[in-house]
Amino acid sequence: MKPNPSNNKLFKVSRRDFVKIGALGSTGLILGIPLGCKQDKNAFLTGREDAVFAPNVYITILGTGEVQLIAHRSEMGTGIRTSLPLVMADEMEADWTKVKIIQAIGDVKYGDQNTDGSYSVRMFYQPLRVAGATVKLMLMQAAAQEWQVDISECKAVNHEIVHNSGKSLGYGYLAEKAGALPIPSENEITLKDSRDFKFISKETVIYDLEDIVTGKAVYGLDVQIPDLKVAVIKRNPEAGAGMKSFNSDMATAIEGVSKVYKMEPTAFPMGYNAPLGGIVVVANNTWTAIKARNAVEVVWDKGINASYDSNAFMQQMQRSVQKEGQIKRQLGSATKALKEATKVIESDFLVPHLAHSPMETPCAVARHNADGTCEIWAPVQSPQWVRQAVAAALGIEESQVTINVTLLGSAFGRKSKPDFVVEAALISKEMNTPIKLLWTREDDIQHDFYHSNCAQHIKVGIDKNNKVTSWVHRTAFPSISGTASAEAKGPSSDELCMGVLDMPFEIENVSCESLDAIAQIRIGWLRSVHNINHGFAIGSIVDQVAQAREMDPIDNMLDLLGSDRKIDFTALVEGFNNYNVKLEDYPCDTHRFKQVVQLVKEKSEWGKSLPKGKGMGFAAHRSFLTYVACVVEVEVDDNNNIKIPMVHFAIDCGVPVNPDRIRAQFEGGAAFGASLALKSEINVKNGAVTEDNFNNYLVARMTDAPINTAVHFVENEEKPTGVGEPPVPPFIPALCNAIFMATGKRITRLPIRL
Amino acid sequence: MILPMEKFTLNINDQKVSIECAPDTPLLWALRDQLGLTGTKYGCGIAICGSCTVHMDGTAVRSCSLPISAINDKAITTIEGVGKDGLHPVQKAWIAENVPQCGFCQSGQIMSAIALLEQNGNPSDADIEQAMSGNICRCGTYIRIRSAIKNAATNKV
Repeated sequence: MKPNPSNNKLFKVSRRDFVKIGALGSTGLILGIPLGCKQDKNAFLTGREDAVFAPNVYITILGTGEVQLIAHRSEMGTGIRTSLPLVMADEMEADWTKVKIIQAIGDVKYGDQNTDGSYSVRMFYQPLRVAGATVKLMLMQAAAQEWQVDISECKAVNHEIVHNSGKSLGYGYLAEKAGALPIPSENEITLKDSRDFKFISKETVIYDLEDIVTGKAVYGLDVQIPDLKVAVIKRNPEAGAGMKSFNSDMATAIEGVSKVYKMEPTAFPMGYNAPLGGIVVVANNTWTAIKARNAVEVVWDKGINASYDSNAFMQQMQRSVQKEGQIKRQLGSATKALKEATKVIESDFLVPHLAHSPMETPCAVARHNADGTCEIWAPVQSPQWVRQAVAAALGIEESQVTINVTLLGSAFGRKSKPDFVVEAALISKEMNTPIKLLWTREDDIQHDFYHSNCAQHIKVGIDKNNKVTSWVHRTAFPSISGTASAEAKGPSSDELCMGVLDMPFEIENVSCESLDAIAQIRIGWLRSVHNINHGFAIGSIVDQVAQAREMDPIDNMLDLLGSDRKIDFTALVEGFNNYNVKLEDYPCDTHRFKQVVQLVKEKSEWGKSLPKGKGMGFAAHRSFLTYVACVVEVEVDDNNNIKIPMVHFAIDCGVPVNPDRIRAQFEGGAAFGASLALKSEINVKNGAVTEDNFNNYLVARMTDAPINTAVHFVENEEKPTGVGEPPVPPFIPALCNAIFMATGKRITRLPIRL
Repeated sequence: MILPMEKFTLNINDQKVSIECAPDTPLLWALRDQLGLTGTKYGCGIAICGSCTVHMDGTAVRSCSLPISAINDKAITTIEGVGKDGLHPVQKAWIAENVPQCGFCQSGQIMSAIALLEQNGNPSDADIEQAMSGNICRCGTYIRIRSAIKNAATNKV
């Protein structure tokens, strides 16, 4: 779905992955007396201190009883560093207080580590349950052997194997013995019944909670290693353009400045790995580097995007969607049905470029060593990709690069791209010293991989029986691939599967079309990606359709979703991409879709009477395989100030692995949506972004964000799906529809300007 | 403008510390780069996101825009210094509400919240919004921040 050269092979727990290590240092001669060989019952909890039972890459049990669980996905605020380990802990009946979470370095042995696309839980829930259950079985086998009893007489209870008779042995004690056993095959493994879950579907606080509130948590920006110097880069306002000359005399005169030099910019389209380059300033500390950067004088050159004007580009896209585009999904004849329609509802929808602006700007610590190896500490979403990119940039083997993943001060897709880490590595090599590269907020906002700006036109025909008979959806936006290839002239089929080609309505005449638009600035995936644009347009037009049909918006939605069915998009769309998984495994099930719609109706007191200036709006959208329905309550005062007192989400994400973190993602997703709907906009003039910090690139503050958000779960035992991105797309149109109810004003352009 | 290094003695978290830096160095970078107090975060550099909030004589200030030369003998408190005997009640409230997502802005949020509660033990929603509107959280934890402040105010934790 998203371009990523890293190894994206679906992880599968196979017997080969269970590399058994057994007891370290066990020579057979040093038969260390297990600490447990005393009469004290508690002593049987632990074993030899140096015993290590590591039957797979994710789980290690020490003789001390400590269970080390690998967090191989990046923690950027979703809670994944807690949620996946607790899946393992649940299956292995571990005591959570004896669990230590260890963040993985970037290494293919962990399977997919690209923390992106809301698929961490979806992809790893099952394999990590199997990994945990395998460990539990081996511990039970070890205990049964020790006691010379049948394994059926043993069970695992809170870090111990307990025998029917009441005697028990701790995991630490059993570690060495379990390590000597053969790994059972997957068909010997029994997973827990969901009724017996201790952590899954329960509330577990995040592992790093206390470290965060005490300021001890370590993000990329906080990494300190000996002899570290700080680098910042002065960049051409037009990404990819070069320079004619520069003068660093004033900068190098500042005490503490080590070096000012040119890093060759990479011409557009430069891809995701290439350094943007510019004038590199290296100094003893951050402030000196920033001051020296201000003192560098540069005469920039123009590049191929020097005339890019996002406003003119939007007008051009808007014109283009008035005419038929490339038809990517067709059913019946929308043209004919529109001619026969008694009512036609149509509207354009415009969404600007947006920036990720994570609270922690891109930053990385790199140490290029004398032996040619390189070690990185950085807040990255895709450490394997970074490893490849750094190795390629330095001309060394991947095995010579170590990527340590810190906590991420949020990311939203920005920290998927390796460019800033590659810059740090190159500077460290050049300077022959460890380097911390800081992107200042100005760098971040002016040189992001921006969300695709987008123009759409939707036309819906209603016949004389008040039935919706035709659907025409046209979209134009620059492709993410345009950042890497001049061949990408417009939306790809994969990109169109985010909200256009996966349209779920039961309508007889459909035409989904795309129109070309060429990327002229770095484009990248932002939380929810193209679903932001398409969810906004569809959620808004559907509300207009309800109005035209004189139907309640929720009844209208249920009618459009139609009969209960699993929509066979593969028959409707050539090369349909269902978020990189098989449609039969994760179908678009209209029954489940309607359930979230009905649930939000019930929970939100939909239809209650509201005073003047207040409104309720509804929208529903399936993205990243999760079904979400949203009702937003809004208050608009006489000065057009907008307040959002209440938001209701009804969701179906299958088994909710860590419900509190799911609620947090929806609360945060609504706030993120409030930023996009009410505040944020990136404009480009003469190839340069005009916004440069939070004083002009506006984001939601406490006064803008929803005051309350309730999350209602459809309870089922379906496979879990992601929740990081799905909250955003339905929230925005639900807000717009609420504003319409409150004010009578239709919103067709973001950000909202009343 | 090139400013020569100078020596400064600061009172940070009840300790006297000496550093040598340019007088226009913002407190933020002195804390982070020279004193190893990395709990205070950089977010914008222009005093509008609140990530770098610390206390100066008990008042919330943005350390990214506070030059070392302007501090003199005023008492600076950072996130590392608020819980002298274990966790500060506001930190406890943050834990009780499970506020953080990525957590990066939370030091600044907590410092703003403590300063608010020290001046106003029973803040209204409007008081909370006013005091906290200078702190951005991109993860969108505002609902829980509000609840945590109310919890701390009513000594629920």
